[in-house]
Amino acid sequence: MDLNFTAADLAFRQEVIEFLEAELPKAIATKVKADIAVTKQDTEFWHATLHKRGWLTYSWPKAFGGTGWDPVQQFIFEEECAAAGAPRILPFGIKMLAPVLMAFGSKGQQDHWLPRMCDGSDWWCQGYSEPGSGSDLASLKTTAVKDGDDYIINGQKTWTTLGQYANMIFCLVRTDGTCKPQAGISFILVDLATPGIDMRPIRTLDGGYEVNEVFFTNVRVPASNLVGEENKGWTYAKYLLAHERNGIANVGISNQKLLRLKRLSLTQRRAGKPLAEDPLFAARMARLEIELRNLETTNLRVLDGFSKGAGPGPESSMLKIIGSELEQNFDDLTRRALGRHAQAHTPEVFEPGYNGPQVAPKNMANQSATYFNKRKVSIYGGSNEIQKNIITKMILEL
Amino acid sequence: MIGKFVQNEYPLKERLDAGASDLGYNFQAYAQMADLGLIGALFDEEIGGFGGAGFDIATVFTELGKGLVNEPLNDTALASGYILAHTGHLDWVEQIISGKKRVALALIENGADYDWYLPETTAISSGDGWNLTGKKTSVKFAHGADAVIVSAKTNTSDGLSLFLVTGDAPGITQHRFQTVDGGSACDISLADTPSLLLGVEGGSYEIIDATAARCTLALCAEALGIMDSIKTMTVDYLRTRQQFGTVLGKFQALQHRTAQMLLEIEQAKSAVTNAARDLNAPTDERNRAISAAKYSIGRIGCYLAEEAIQLHGGIGMTWEYDLGHFAKRLVMIDHEWGDQDHHLMRYAQS
Repeated sequence: MDLNFTAADLAFRQEVIEFLEAELPKAIATKVKADIAVTKQDTEFWHATLHKRGWLTYSWPKAFGGTGWDPVQQFIFEEECAAAGAPRILPFGIKMLAPVLMAFGSKGQQDHWLPRMCDGSDWWCQGYSEPGSGSDLASLKTTAVKDGDDYIINGQKTWTTLGQYANMIFCLVRTDGTCKPQAGISFILVDLATPGIDMRPIRTLDGGYEVNEVFFTNVRVPASNLVGEENKGWTYAKYLLAHERNGIANVGISNQKLLRLKRLSLTQRRAGKPLAEDPLFAARMARLEIELRNLETTNLRVLDGFSKGAGPGPESSMLKIIGSELEQNFDDLTRRALGRHAQAHTPEVFEPGYNGPQVAPKNMANQSATYFNKRKVSIYGGSNEIQKNIITKMILEL
Repeated sequence: MIGKFVQNEYPLKERLDAGASDLGYNFQAYAQMADLGLIGALFDEEIGGFGGAGFDIATVFTELGKGLVNEPLNDTALASGYILAHTGHLDWVEQIISGKKRVALALIENGADYDWYLPETTAISSGDGWNLTGKKTSVKFAHGADAVIVSAKTNTSDGLSLFLVTGDAPGITQHRFQTVDGGSACDISLADTPSLLLGVEGGSYEIIDATAARCTLALCAEALGIMDSIKTMTVDYLRTRQQFGTVLGKFQALQHRTAQMLLEIEQAKSAVTNAARDLNAPTDERNRAISAAKYSIGRIGCYLAEEAIQLHGGIGMTWEYDLGHFAKRLVMIDHEWGDQDHHLMRYAQS
C-alpha cells in the first residue's frame, strides 16, 4: 500500500483543520485535552455541530448518509479531531449499533433509528456485560421471554457507560436456555423509560462516575424491537465488537498525548535540568514514540486490508491491544513526568471561575486520576486477554 | 500486634473518610498507635525509643501498608523525630514519640521534585533567630501539625540548613489539596517567617540524607505490605471468580501471570531486607541499598498495581472494591522520595 498522503488527502486535512478551528469551542477543547469529563450538553452540542456538516456519520457508507470517506480520510479526520481536543463521538449509537442495524436490521428499524441517533433524539448505551458474564459474555443470563407481541426482560446488566444520559439501550438477552449458550442469545432495543428498569451508578477507582448497573424487572418490550432473527444475537454482537474496535487504535489521541508529554518534559525539571535531558526519561519517551510510529502504519495497513476485503475482521484485535496499551503507557509516562505533583488530585481548577492556587500544571491537574481511569481500556470492549484468544483462534488458527 | 491493630481498628472505609476529611487522617487512630508504641519502635533507646534499627522500621511500615494506613508516621514522626533528636531537641522527640506533637517535613520545591538538595528558600539572620522566605510543595500532613521543619539556604552559607517553624508562625500560609491516593498534602508559602535553626548553619546535608534513607526505607516497607494485600486479593479473586465454566485460577495464562507477581514480590522483599540491613552502614553503602530498594519497589509496584487490576477486570476498577485504593497508593509511592528512574540513576552513578 502507498503510505504517502496524496495532495487530495492534504487538502482534506486542511478542510478538517479549518472546520475544527471555526466550530470547536475552546472551553470544550480545554476539558478534553485535560481528560476532564465533558458534560452531556457538550457532547450533544458537538454531535449537532458535526451532523450539520455531515461528518457525525463519517464512518458510515454513503448509502446510509455517511461520507463514504476511505480509511485514510477517516484516519485523518480522527487524528485532527484528537489534535484539536474535540469530544469523542459517542460510539454506542453511531459506531456500534448503527453498523448492526445496517447489516441486520429491518428497513423499518433503519429508517426509524438511524436518523434519530444523528439528530440527537436518542442517546444509546450498551447492555452487554453482566455481573457473572464479563469475558465469558456468552454465559449471559438476562432473559427475554416472548409474551404475545412483546418480550418480557428480567436480569441485570453492568458497566453501562454513560447510561445516566441515555434514553435507549441495546441489549444481549437470552431467548433460549436449552442450547449451546451462543445459540440462544438475541439482540434487542429497549427504551429506558419502560417501567421496571433501574439504572444505578458505579463509582470508579478514580472517583468518577461514568458506568452503571442496569436492573430489569418484568420489562415489557415490543417484539418489533428485536434486531434480526431470534437467537442470532451472538453473530450480531461479534459483528458489532469488530466494528467497535475499528478506530480503537486511537492513533490520533496517542499522537496528541505524545505532543503534550514532549511539551511537559521541557518545563519539568530533574536534577536542575529539563526532564527532556534526563537520559532515562528521554529513552522512555523515545520508546513510546517509536511504538506509536509503528502502530500508525500497522493501523493503516489493517484498515487498507479491511477496505479491500469484507470489512473489519479479527485484525481489529491487534489494533485494540496495541492501541490500548500504548495509550495507557502515555498516561503512565505523563504521570511520571509530573514527579511529586502527580499526587495532586485537583480537578477543582477546571471549575468555571476557579482562581485559587494551582499545584500541578493546570492541564495536568487530573493526570493521575486519568492514568488510573485508563486502566479500563485494556479491560473493556473485550479484555486484551480475550483479544489474544481471538487472534490465537482466528489468525493463528491454533 | 501491629497487624492485629490495623486489621481490627483501621477499616478501609474509615481510612478513606479520614483521608478526605479536613485533617486528612484519623487523629484518634494516630493517638492509639502512639500508645501502642508504634512511634517509639522507630527510634533507638538513646533518644527515648526502643527500636530504631532498619528491621524495626521495616516491620512497622510493612504491617501498616497491609491495611493501607494513612497516618503522619513517615514523613512526619520518623523524619522529624530523627532530625530533632540529632540536633539536640530531645524535648520535642519525647512528645513526638508519645503522639502529643506532630511535626511535618518540608523539603521539596517546585521544579525540584526528587532533588531535595536544591532548595531556593532562603533564611536571613534576624539577630536571635532566622527569617524564612520561599515556597515548599507537597508537604504531607502539614495541616494541623504543631510545627514544620523547613530546608533552606542562609545568606551566609552555601550548605543546607534546617529550621523549625511553628504551625501558627507569622507569614506562613498553607494551601491544602487532595491527593489521588486518598489523603492530602499542602503547599506552604513562607514570607519572612521567624524560625529556629536546627543544628549547624549550612551543615545539614548529611542529616537530611540520613533522614531520606530512613523515610525511603519506611516507604518501601509500606509498599511491601500493600503488595502483600494486593497479592492476597488477586489470588482470592482468581480462586472464586467463575468464567467459562470454571474459576479463573484454572487458566494457565492467568496462572503464569500470578506466578510472575509472586516472583516479583519476593524480589521486592529481598530489596527491602537489604536496605533494612544496610540502614546504618557507611553512607555510600547505605544509599546504594536504599536506591536499589526504591528502584525495585517503584518498578515492581507499578507493574503489580496494573497487573492486579487487569487480572480482576471491571471489578478492580471500582471504588467499592478495595483493590483500587491499594493500587493507587502503591503507584503513588513511586512519586515520593525519588521515583524508580531517580534511584536507578543514583545507583548507577554511585
